[in-house]
Amino acid sequence: MSDVLNPPKTGDSAPSVPLKPLGKVVAVTSGKGGVGKTFVSANLAAALAKRGLRVLVLDADLGLANLDVVLNLYPKVTLHDVFTGKAKLEEAIIRAPGGFSVLLAGSGMVEYSRLTPEVRDDFLRIMSGLVPHYDIVLLDTGAGISDVVLFAVSLASEVIVVATPEPTSLTDAYATIKVLVGQQKRQTVRMVINQTARLGDGRAITVQLQQVLDRFVTTEPGRAIKLVHMGDIPADPAVRQAIMRRQLLIQSTPGSPAALAVTQLAQKIHETVIPRI
Amino acid sequence: MAAKIPASNVEFDKLRLDDARALLGRDTALALPAQAQSATQYLQSVIDGLCELSLKDPLTGLSNRRHFRAVLDRTIDMVARSGDPALLLMLDIDHFKKVNDTYGHPAGDTVLQAIAKALAKCVRPMDTVARYGGEEFAVILPNCHAYFGGTIAERIRQTMQDMPIAIAAGTKISVTVSIGGAYAPEWVRSTAALWTERADVQLYRAKSEGRNRVFLDTQQEIFVSAEEKNMLFGHLALGDPAWIEGIPGETPGGSAMQKVN
Repeated sequence: MSDVLNPPKTGDSAPSVPLKPLGKVVAVTSGKGGVGKTFVSANLAAALAKRGLRVLVLDADLGLANLDVVLNLYPKVTLHDVFTGKAKLEEAIIRAPGGFSVLLAGSGMVEYSRLTPEVRDDFLRIMSGLVPHYDIVLLDTGAGISDVVLFAVSLASEVIVVATPEPTSLTDAYATIKVLVGQQKRQTVRMVINQTARLGDGRAITVQLQQVLDRFVTTEPGRAIKLVHMGDIPADPAVRQAIMRRQLLIQSTPGSPAALAVTQLAQKIHETVIPRI
Repeated sequence: MAAKIPASNVEFDKLRLDDARALLGRDTALALPAQAQSATQYLQSVIDGLCELSLKDPLTGLSNRRHFRAVLDRTIDMVARSGDPALLLMLDIDHFKKVNDTYGHPAGDTVLQAIAKALAKCVRPMDTVARYGGEEFAVILPNCHAYFGGTIAERIRQTMQDMPIAIAAGTKISVTVSIGGAYAPEWVRSTAALWTERADVQLYRAKSEGRNRVFLDTQQEIFVSAEEKNMLFGHLALGDPAWIEGIPGETPGGSAMQKVN
């Protein structure tokens, strides 16, 4: 797999901030933690890979993401080693069970949660070197709206916000969308509602969020924010089982309602998001 | 870890203290004790005096930029660990050049001193007030909640506006200040540069929108009002069973939407 990668040069040509979002990069964020952001990223990646796409998932939480836990991976080389010059980028990219590639930050990256211009530049350089080798890159961001999360999202041309129907999750998702609209001038935010009780709940929640945004968030004329409902993932006991077994749901129980929903989500992203970016 | 200090006694008469003595002697506030009980006590007062000198702005007596920077870094560490809100205010005297040009530099210095004194009085003892440079000041307010930040900044602006400053016998002037502020992102290790940059942007805004104004950055503090929350999930409070229990047969979500509207 490493043959598809040429480590980006560390020359003067390295671009610096402020940056333009990179094509083919989709950020998965949530506002609140524990709503299934990493679960969605990992299973979505596997579902996209199943469709024949070359997919990379990047732990954009700089070491605090649980991607390694969800995927049951213990890489010897991580992004941290690349940052510190101990390893080449291609050595840090590993194959996940779902047939996609993963770049884990490694726990040493926590120190990079100080988002200095150097870290930004390093990160951007690595990202721009990676993107051409994949059909889609998913950024699994951290919870909250810290500057690291906002920076990671700013790299992506598309944003998916994962929320659950719970009030706390909706509030945080709403707050995140407000910041993305205000600070990054986003016009399109894609919604995935996880753990829905019934068919149609997710769409209703997206509609509700849209109504609150329309009433309370002022945007420049002609630049209104549009939420696009990408899909619901129904509450499903199979999800918990897969998580406890540290397996990908779409592999362990591909016929379960939640796995079918993720597969559908992948189809929608493949058909509508990827051609755009 | 502090460097290991050799256990031997200090040979007091071999120390070259002249420069330190000269530095400290010039400032009456830092005068050395005339009669020190012991060499140790004397040295301690020299060290204290030098520390004081290296942290203070000589004109205003406020913290200097070096001290400000150290406190800012420490505050970022504390905010990252505790999640307590911390506010940084940047303050600039409006049209200060005019004061200097009209009344002379000594008058300008008097204004700086008066503003510094008043500024220190406007905030809590735990806050760090610094002269950032020229006519620019900075205040670090640890543990300052979002709903007080605006009040404090406004109080400072008002105090300065209402304060007559005697620059010469019989001559009183008043100046205004522009204030920009930003909260440190909670639970996150940000950087001093990013934080001051955000406060500076707000200060610039205050200046460009006419001066004598306060602007606080609200980007990190995302405020979702009760009204917004009510509209977001008012249907839950109303106890719509369709949303809470998922009773089959109803139009999903539709009824909730109608109730809210």
